[in-house]
Amino acid sequence: MFHYTVRRLLYAIPTLLLISLILFLLLDLAPGDPTAQLPLTIPPDVKERIRASLGLGEPIHIRYLLWLQQFFVNESLHLISELTGWDISGDRQRVISWQTRSPVVDIVIQRLPQTLWVVGLSYVVGIAIALPIGIISAYRQYSWFDQVGTFVSMVGFSVPTFFTGVLLIVIFSVHLGWLPSIYDTTHVVTDWNSFLFQIRQLLMPVFVLALFNAAQISRFMRASMLDNLNLDYVRTARSKGLAERAVILVHVLRNSMIPVVTVIALGVPSVFGGAIITEQIFKVNGLGQLLIIAIEASDIPMVQTLSFIFAILIVLFNLIADVIYGILDPRIRYD
Amino acid sequence: MSEAGLTGDALVEVRNLKVHFPITAGILRRTVGEVRAVDDVSFDISSGETLGLVGESGCGKTTAGRAILRLAEITSGSIRIMGTDIVKADARSVRELRPLMQMIFQDPQASLNPRMTVADIIGEPLREHEASTLRRRQDRVDELMESVGLNRDHASRYPHEFSGGQRQRIGIARALALNPRLIVCDEPIAALDVSIQAQVVNLLEELQDRFELTYLFISHDLGMVRHIADRVAVMYLGTIVELAPRSDLYADPKHPYTEALLSAVPEPNPATERERQRIILEGDVPSPANAPSGCVFCTRCPKAIDLCRRERPEFTKIGPSRFVACHLAGTDQPGPQANLRPVPSN
Repeated sequence: MFHYTVRRLLYAIPTLLLISLILFLLLDLAPGDPTAQLPLTIPPDVKERIRASLGLGEPIHIRYLLWLQQFFVNESLHLISELTGWDISGDRQRVISWQTRSPVVDIVIQRLPQTLWVVGLSYVVGIAIALPIGIISAYRQYSWFDQVGTFVSMVGFSVPTFFTGVLLIVIFSVHLGWLPSIYDTTHVVTDWNSFLFQIRQLLMPVFVLALFNAAQISRFMRASMLDNLNLDYVRTARSKGLAERAVILVHVLRNSMIPVVTVIALGVPSVFGGAIITEQIFKVNGLGQLLIIAIEASDIPMVQTLSFIFAILIVLFNLIADVIYGILDPRIRYD
Repeated sequence: MSEAGLTGDALVEVRNLKVHFPITAGILRRTVGEVRAVDDVSFDISSGETLGLVGESGCGKTTAGRAILRLAEITSGSIRIMGTDIVKADARSVRELRPLMQMIFQDPQASLNPRMTVADIIGEPLREHEASTLRRRQDRVDELMESVGLNRDHASRYPHEFSGGQRQRIGIARALALNPRLIVCDEPIAALDVSIQAQVVNLLEELQDRFELTYLFISHDLGMVRHIADRVAVMYLGTIVELAPRSDLYADPKHPYTEALLSAVPEPNPATERERQRIILEGDVPSPANAPSGCVFCTRCPKAIDLCRRERPEFTKIGPSRFVACHLAGTDQPGPQANLRPVPSN
C-alpha cells in the first residue's frame, strides 16, 4: 500500500504539469483583456505599457515557465519561510494577482475559511442526512418513505442551486424576514446572541448545498445497500441468529459503505472549490466567488493558480479514495 | 394426507407448507398474481437421517429449504422443529432457535461476508448465542476449523484468499459452530469442481456421524443424492411428487416425473449406458405463477389421462414410507406409451 501510494504520487507530477500547461494555454487562448476595464480616457500607448508591465509582452512559453517557477519554487519557499521563520525566500517574485497586486496565495488563504465553513459544513450536513435516508430507503424499498426520499432527491438533484437559493431568500428573507439574505463573513462569534446569528446566517446557504449533496449521496447509499441486501452473506448473517439491526448495521452497511466512502472522498475537492453559484447568491466571499470575480476581470494569474490548486486537490483525493477503498475492502490489493 | 412421514420421533415436521411470492405491477405496484414457489408441501425428517430434496431449477427446492429455517416468508402451513412451531414463533424466539438449525449455502463465495475474517465469520454466532470469553471462542474456532479440515493458522484470513472448496469448508464450520441438530444443505456442492465435490460430501458424511446431524440435502445431482440420502423427495413446480426411501425410489420410481429424471442419469458403465433408454419430456416447465389446474405435471406427463388435467392428485401413501402424488400410481395400467428414446450415442 505504501509503495503504491508513493508510485501514485510520482505519477501525479507529470499529470499535474500537463494540467497546468493545458490550463495556461486555455487561458491564453481565451478572449479577454486585463486592461479592458480601465477608463477609455487612458491613451492606447499607456494601456500597452500597462500590459507590458503585467508581463504580457513576453512570449507564451516564457510566461508559462515564469509561472511554473513562481508557483512551485517561489511560493513553496515562501510558505516554508512563513512556517519556520527562516529567511530563505528572499525577494523572490510570488504569483501576483492583477486585480489587487497582492500575492494570489495570500488571498486564497484569506478566503479559505469562509468556504470551508459554509461549503464544508453543508457537505457534512448533506452526508449526515443522506446516509440514514439511503439506508432506510433501501431497507424499505418502495415504501412511502422510499418514494418520498426518491422524490426529494430527484428534486434536490435536478433543481439548480441558483433556483433553490433565490427561492429561499424570497421566502425567508423577503417575505418572512427570519433569516439574513447575505452571509456576513466579518461576523465574529463572541456570545450566545452572536452565535445564534451565525447559525441563522449559515442556515440557508448550508441547506441549499446540503440538499444538493444529500440527493446524490443518498442515491449512492441506497443503490449500494440494495446491491448488498440480497446477497447470500446477509442470509448467512440472519441464519446465525443475529438481530435484524446487527445484520443491517454490521454486515450490510459495512459492505455498502465501500463505494459510498469513495464517492464522498471524491467529492471533497468540490468543497474546497467552493460552490461558485451559491457563494455568489449569498455573498459568501469564499473561493468560488473569488474565482468568478477573477474570471470577470481577466485576472489570469489568479484564475490559473486557483484552477491549478483545484486540480491538485482532485488528483490528491482520487488517490485518497483509492487508498481508502483498499483499506476498506480486503479483496483489493495494491502491489 | 395425515401422517406424511414416519415414526413419531420426527425432528422436523412440515405440514402444508406454502410460500407464495406476490407479483406486483403497474404504477401503484398492486398485486396482480403470485408465484407459488412452494405449494402445499408436507414431509418429515427424522433425527439423524438425510433427506434428499431433488428437482430441476426453479422447482422451489431452495425456497422450501429456506422456509424451513424461516429465511423466507411463509405464506401458510406449519413447520415444527423439535416440537416448536417456527411459523407462529415471533422473531425473537426464532432467533433463540437458530442454534438448532443451520444452513450451508450453494455459493460459498457470496455467502461469506467479504469484509470479515474467517475467525469472525465462524465466531460471530458464538458471540451472539453463547456468552463465552474471547479465549474460549478462539479455541472453539480453532477446533471447528480443524474438524472441517482447515488450517487453524488461516483464521485471520479473508474468504477471498481461499479456494472454492476451502470456502465451502468455512461455510460448514460456521454452520457447525452452535452444535445444530438440523442442517439444510442448499446445493452445497453445485458451485464446486467435480474433484472437490467428493471431498466436501465425504466431509459432510463424516460430520454427520460425529455430531449426529440431520441433513436436508437439496440438490439437482441425482447421483450425489443417491450416495448421501436415506430418503429422497422429488419436487416439481412447487410440490413434492414422490417421497421414498432411496433404494426404492431409484429401483422402482412410481411417479412418471421421477422416472423421467432417473432416466436422464448417465450410467458409469459404458455397456449399460449404451442400453439406457431416456424418457424425453416434451415442452417446458409451466410458470409457477400459472400452474396447470389438475396435476402440476399433466402438461408434460407422457402418461397423462383426462383425470390428471381435471383433478390434482393427493399425496398418498402407497407402501411402507412411500408416498406419491399421481392418479396412476398403484393402478397397474401403464397408460399411453411413454416417449422412450435410446440415448444418442454422442
